[in-house]
Amino acid sequence: MQPNINVVSLVSVGRHPQSGRARRAEQDGQAVELGLKLAGKALTVVHAGNAQEPVLRQYAGMGLPSLTVLAQESNCDALPVLVSFLKDKPIDVVLTGVRAESGESSGMLPYLLAEQLGWSLVPRVADIIGVQGDEVELLLALPRGQRRAVKVKLPIIASVDNAAQEARQTAFGPGLRAQFNVLTVESVVDESASRWQINAAKPRPKRLKVVKAKTAADRMKAATAKPMGSGGKIMKDETAAEKAQAIFDLLLEEKVVR
Amino acid sequence: MSHFSSEDSSLDSLLRRDPRTEWIARNRLHPLHSAVASTGQGEVRGPSGLLRRNPHVIGFIGPNGIKRIDRENLSSAGLNSKKRTDEAKQTQLPLQIVENPDGYIMVVADMIGGRLTSHDKDILGLAHQLVAESNRNTVVVLVCFGESKETQFDLAGVDRLIHLTADEFEGFAPEARVAALMQVEVQYQPERWLFPDSVHGGTDLACRLAAKLGERPVAQAWQVTASTTVSRGASSSQDILRETPRILMLMEECANAIEETRHQVLPMFVDGIEQTPPNLVDQGLIAVDANAVPLAEAEFILSAGNGIHNWDQFHATALALGATEGASRVAVDDGFMPRARQVGASGTWVTARVYLAVGISGAIQHMQGIGQCDKVVAINTDVGCDMVKRADLAVIADSEEVLAELSRLAEEYSSPKKRLSINEETKNQEEKSDAA
Repeated sequence: MQPNINVVSLVSVGRHPQSGRARRAEQDGQAVELGLKLAGKALTVVHAGNAQEPVLRQYAGMGLPSLTVLAQESNCDALPVLVSFLKDKPIDVVLTGVRAESGESSGMLPYLLAEQLGWSLVPRVADIIGVQGDEVELLLALPRGQRRAVKVKLPIIASVDNAAQEARQTAFGPGLRAQFNVLTVESVVDESASRWQINAAKPRPKRLKVVKAKTAADRMKAATAKPMGSGGKIMKDETAAEKAQAIFDLLLEEKVVR
Repeated sequence: MSHFSSEDSSLDSLLRRDPRTEWIARNRLHPLHSAVASTGQGEVRGPSGLLRRNPHVIGFIGPNGIKRIDRENLSSAGLNSKKRTDEAKQTQLPLQIVENPDGYIMVVADMIGGRLTSHDKDILGLAHQLVAESNRNTVVVLVCFGESKETQFDLAGVDRLIHLTADEFEGFAPEARVAALMQVEVQYQPERWLFPDSVHGGTDLACRLAAKLGERPVAQAWQVTASTTVSRGASSSQDILRETPRILMLMEECANAIEETRHQVLPMFVDGIEQTPPNLVDQGLIAVDANAVPLAEAEFILSAGNGIHNWDQFHATALALGATEGASRVAVDDGFMPRARQVGASGTWVTARVYLAVGISGAIQHMQGIGQCDKVVAINTDVGCDMVKRADLAVIADSEEVLAELSRLAEEYSSPKKRLSINEETKNQEEKSDAA
């Protein structure tokens, strides 16, 4: 059963990590997938940029009847056009990726949208559990595979983590047949970004393990010694219960047992 | 009295020679020679006040009459190695003092598990680089939230510390934390804000603060000077060179951590943090299947080796503790665990915060695999094995008994609520039976 809410997914042009070719961005695809789960065919998918971009057909091929494009040049700022598009519309949930795969990829867009629209922002969503009234319950993806449940009042902007459900395969034919609503908008050129120098990424130097030993013997020891802890506590003569209690206390102190 | 004492002090300043002790010191065959030689070992000043070192007293005569100089201190290492490491730690690094600062650089740390991560320390190091470049009287301020177990803030380069420990910052509370950072901004007007660009909350906080302040931050910065910053863009395929902004999110290994100085760690206070009721209401962590978490990124691993005989008990304990299962090579080769669970050089290199090794003696390949673990706990029957030497807490016992006790403790810990409810149910039943 799908809740009766308005969902918008924002998509961008991705970049294949090996070939560098344009592709459907991974997290944006997941945002569309989550949007489809929430709203089905009623999902609105919005792209700010070039309407002729063939990659958009890959998003449309996920089963979207139509796709909205806010047409603007590639050197323009996506924020003002998206704000003017989303403002004053009865939208409940906006889904984006965490970081774009092209451009600056600072990950600031959802935060700036949330700030300018005055909505709440939920970072790194793994799943949306359900909607009750004007509250939505979400699962956040934490590092190390952990999950956290959070309740938020609608409307929200959520960035979708890699841990969310994978985007479905796209179909070529339906992608071609999907209708594109191209809106002409007043766009603003990103002035400060035009002053940046952009080069291909240099490989980062690996950090060297510098041994600050004074004598040759110390250097030899540092190079050959086995990794040793700093001499921990050894429990030998206590009873099994005491030993287990000591271990359990350590686990509690480190907060790994909840 | 005063007359005498002044005379004494004048006598003290005279250099008096003792020909007899000098003679004993020269004569290696004299029975008192070693005693006299050792008294003069500390600090001997010559007649002109210069510090004199006696090269003849260094070393000792070896078993075959040849003089030996023990530069590595090997002979004492075997006897009391513990003491030696303590002495090595006690060497005091020079303390850097900054009085009356005219600027602040704020570093907001992740503090995973209440301790500074290596990422945090790198950023503190970078902050000190920026201070050194600016040539101004700036201090590096660490802002951290929640409980702290860190004891070495001074060695990590923290000049000032803002430690916010109120209840509203506990758990997942980005809005309360940003409100606090906004108050810090108003009160201290820092020159820069440095955040770790990490999934542990650093990026989230930085983006929220930047959006609130209306400033354009830089994300994934990795080469930072006071004037220019190089950051990664377009999914790490481009380097973007720009002016250094005020808010930076820094990648790992962006600079070297502080190593050679100590810092003051003076507390600073923030007052009047305006807290509005948060929109995001934390419902707590969800129990996830620990074995579905990839071994490489599991937080807590219970690892089994050759010392395990009761495998059903081992699996039950892992389930009760909520630990991800790991295994040594022997356990995998013997077919008790799948190959994907192997920890070590030919298996997975794990990054767990707590690694509980049961019946693993610690082959070097296994130790390589757990190199990045913070706390290692060993349960083993052999005191002399490498795992016990590496462990922060080692228990010398049979694994079966300790595991049984551990699973009992875990069940007791997790079930007080259940117990209460059971008690209530039984009470209700009693009441009902009474009524009947």
